Amino acid sequence: MTGKPKEELRLDHQVIGDMIEKGSTVIDMGCGDGDLLRYLIMNKGIKGSGVEISEEAIYKCVEKGLSVSHGDIDSGLKEYPDKMFDYVIFNQTMQQVHHPKEAILEALRIGSKVIIGFPNFCYLNARLQLFFAGHVPVTASLPYSWYNTPNLHFLSIKDFENFCKKQDITIENGVFLTNKKTIKILPNLFALNAIFQISKK
Amino acid sequence: MIIKKNEEEKQWLVDTKYYNLPKDEYFKLESGLRLPELKLAYEVYGELNDAKTNAVLICHALSGNAHAAGYHAGEKKPGWWDDMIGPGKAFDTNEYFIICSNVLGGCNGSSGPNTIDPTVGKPYGLSFPIISIKDIVNAQKKLIEFLGIKKLLAVCGGSMGGMQALQWAVAYPETVFSCIPIASTYKHSAQQIAFDEVGRQAIMADPAWDGGNYHEKEHPSAGLSVARMIGHITYMSNDSMEKKFGRVLKKEKLGYEFTAEFEVEGYLRYRGDSFVKRFDANSYLYLTKAMDYFDLQQNKKLSEAFKKVKSRFLIIAFSSDWLYPPYQSKEIVKALKMNGADVTYCGISSDYGHDAFLLEFGEETKLIKHFLNSTKKKLEK
Repeated sequence: MTGKPKEELRLDHQVIGDMIEKGSTVIDMGCGDGDLLRYLIMNKGIKGSGVEISEEAIYKCVEKGLSVSHGDIDSGLKEYPDKMFDYVIFNQTMQQVHHPKEAILEALRIGSKVIIGFPNFCYLNARLQLFFAGHVPVTASLPYSWYNTPNLHFLSIKDFENFCKKQDITIENGVFLTNKKTIKILPNLFALNAIFQISKK
Repeated sequence: MIIKKNEEEKQWLVDTKYYNLPKDEYFKLESGLRLPELKLAYEVYGELNDAKTNAVLICHALSGNAHAAGYHAGEKKPGWWDDMIGPGKAFDTNEYFIICSNVLGGCNGSSGPNTIDPTVGKPYGLSFPIISIKDIVNAQKKLIEFLGIKKLLAVCGGSMGGMQALQWAVAYPETVFSCIPIASTYKHSAQQIAFDEVGRQAIMADPAWDGGNYHEKEHPSAGLSVARMIGHITYMSNDSMEKKFGRVLKKEKLGYEFTAEFEVEGYLRYRGDSFVKRFDANSYLYLTKAMDYFDLQQNKKLSEAFKKVKSRFLIIAFSSDWLYPPYQSKEIVKALKMNGADVTYCGISSDYGHDAFLLEFGEETKLIKHFLNSTKKKLEK
């Protein structure tokens, strides 16, 4: 999440907060410094915990009084029993796991609902950079170059919707974000980020 | 008030106290055997609040003792975890009442094989019954009750101390509000038992050991020293040994003789020699045995073992610790999560091997200080 403007982060958190019911149990997969978890605990009264790979981030989370587990998401998901949580969150982290399909299905096993926020690779500016400038796009939501990106997978909003259809996953809600606000029109072209709430019967 | 500021030396002066089981009571052991008495050496730092909700129990490792922090009068070295315990430190004595006792079976003031068996008036020696981590914890429970404490804000320990902390959380879920096992395990693995056995064999192969009856004569120093040397190898990592010693010689060149020529040899001999001055060989046998017996899992699923726990957990492991590797801590984390326990886990990156729990106090402080702070808030709610 580094390199992203702070204001948009707050919008992320706000959108995710709006999706979450008060007092629910939440796990944040790749919780970073724990800002989202703290926001949800303070504003939605959730019972929350996190999984995070960075040791430095773990110290920051503990400093905030959060319960976090040091480890990677791919193996971390397996450590929980079925339907342990009301919500499993991947905010800007799903594109960094080794096996996103398995991770999403595992998340749907351990949580009733899964919230996934990811950068839209087919954002207009990215398409223009690819087509006209002939280089891999660098945008506000994908601020890295090919040699230093933590992202292992690149997807568009359309790709995600198709994936859900194929996997028989229900999309309960989708919110699309530009730098400062949410949008509704042609999100796959105009949204920098998307946040989906999904479930599976 | 136990802690006094000695103005001249600018040191915290502390002293050791003693708890004795009431004279008409026996102390029952896990094996079914009974001890005719129970004495525990302990130290306390900080003040117990009126509600008695700020008590933290520190459990020491194999070679530790009750003297965890501060200075004994006239001594130059502070307690073994002085970097972590004191005003403003991780275990902040301005906030918490810290208790540390010498383990049952130890040799620094608590009942053990080198203390006097009151029924015969001589040191127990090998007539001291075999004890377990459970017994060590049950003895500590007696002390905690004696101090009038019903709930411990936290029980914390590294290595063998971590086993005690886990045993506390499992055996006394209502008493332990939070648990901080560091560089520890839920059961001794074959490799851990193997290293302990080599240490025990070294002691027992020393003729001076004499079946444990050496109290009136020369002690089995050679055997205990070798046991400690083996221990030290397992406490360090390949990297930390390489950095500390490499192939550096004590003299300018090789002497073609069987003296300690390499720095690492000299270091191990020095550690062995200094250990025998402060530790009892029989205690080494009993305590390593207690660790080898430690097995919370008992052929069940590990999550079953933690079914009744109610504590909040902070579990810490160190990347280069090959004696108590992080995977063992992670298994505890996993089993606790399966029970929906409130767990925080951190695998601290360190080159120091198992010794890291006594050396990486900067990182440990970051975690423990804040964990205790949030735990305290949760308890007050």
